[in-house]
Formats: sequence, structure tokens, C-alpha cells
Amino acid sequence: MESIGNIILYFVIALAIIVFSVLTVTTRKILRSATYLLFVLFATALVYFQLDYPFLGAVQIAVYAGGIVVLFVFSILLTHEPGKDADALESKRRLLGIIAAVLGVATSGYALLSYARFCGKQLTEAHSFTVEEIGKFLLSTDKFGYLLPFEAISVLLLACIIGGVVIARRR
Amino acid sequence: MTVMNLTLLMYLVPSLVMFGCGVYGFLTRKNMIAIMISLELMLNSIDINFVAFNRYLFPEQMDGMMFSLFAIAIAAAETALALAIIINVFRIAKKVDINELTKLKF
Repeated sequence: MESIGNIILYFVIALAIIVFSVLTVTTRKILRSATYLLFVLFATALVYFQLDYPFLGAVQIAVYAGGIVVLFVFSILLTHEPGKDADALESKRRLLGIIAAVLGVATSGYALLSYARFCGKQLTEAHSFTVEEIGKFLLSTDKFGYLLPFEAISVLLLACIIGGVVIARRR
Repeated sequence: MTVMNLTLLMYLVPSLVMFGCGVYGFLTRKNMIAIMISLELMLNSIDINFVAFNRYLFPEQMDGMMFSLFAIAIAAAETALALAIIINVFRIAKKVDINELTKLKF
């Protein structure tokens, strides 16, 4: 049985995610779109905190809200005149987008409901992981360790750094 | 008084809506940065799914959390690089609209 506060928090999060996701893709001002994206990312971080993954929630806030949204705002301000609306969508294009999105959501929703056995599962006792455990797991070479993806990510980041320098270099 | 329980489905539905919004934005927007924002929405909804499945079905393991962690790292790298490309394109072509950017080389 959940506490009342947890349930209220859940509904606030779910409402925020749904409303701000819709606003992100429907608003005509691109800077507002980035701001609504920030709210969606914060709501997602709250989901992680509520599901007892505080480390992941902290990473979400630090990397997404602190890094990616700032990058978005910088590049929007560099490439757009402030306060200018985007052109209105052609109705054909909008209809096509709505059809694709609704079809996808309906198919996945039907699939979700057909697995009601899993979906009705309730929260069991949390085993909250300490940062020490996460770090050991991340760098272990055991059967379920994550050393190889960790190293692959570091190579990817290095490639991104080199790519960024090459792209941004003044010719 | 009966208090409802938070089930797995209740976390998957907002994530599904978020993904649908991302698909809609990705298909209809013409601005490259707006397309990137829609892409972020889709990536984010996948992360929620990984974490929710991990927490409800296998609470004693942390593989779903690790997947989300790596997905966040890759999303950050990919966004930084994509925005660098977009800014560079804007510097050369002075526009970010995908309908007007039809040439690969200027």
C-alpha cells in the first residue's frame, strides 16, 4: 500500500510529463519548446527519485537539465531571432504526423494492455543501491559487469570531443 | 478507505504519451533544433521504461538503471555533436530549416 503523498506526487508527475510533452511539440516559439523540455526532464528525474534510484535522478538533473538544455538554449539563441514564431504547419503534414503518432501510441497501448499480468504488478520492497555498489558494478569484469560498455562509452566521448573540435574549427 | 496502488502500467502510460509526442514533433517540425528536441523526448521516454521495468520486475538487480545511465551519456554526446553541426550549418548557410537546406555542399 502506497502512502497518500506518494500517490499525489505520482499524479503531479504524470500530469506534468503529459502536459509539458504535448506543449513541447506544439508550441510555435522554439525557446519555449526548450523550456518545456526542461520541465519534462525534471519530471522524469522525479520519477527516478520516486522509484528509489536517487543516483540516476541526480545524473538526469546534472546531465540533461544542466548540460543538454543549456546547449539547446545556447544554440537557439545563436541561430534564431528572439521572439519570432515558427511558420504554421501545413495541414497535410500535421495530419500525417498526428496519424503516425496516434497509430504508434495505439499499437503500443494495446500491447501494454494485453500484458496486463505484468503491468498490474505492484511495487515490492526497494533494494536501494549505494553509490559504492553502483561504482563496483560499473567497473567489474564479472559476468554481469559493465566494464566493456563503460570503456566503449569513453571511446565514444573521445570521438565526440575530436568531432566537436573538427566541426567547430575556423576554416 | 481504499488507497490505490502504483502499478507498473501507471509509469508506462506517461512514457508512452511522451514517445508519441516525440514522434509527432519529429515528423512535423521543420526546424533542425526542434527536431533534436523531439528526439530528446523519445530518448527520455525510453529511459523511463528501462527504469520502471527494472524497479518492478527485477528490483534486486540494476541492469535497467545501467542502461538508462549509458543512454543518458550517449544522448548527451549525440546532442552536443548534432548541435555543433547545426550551428556550423547555420554559419555557412544562414538557415536551419530542413526544407531550405537541400544542398550537401555550399
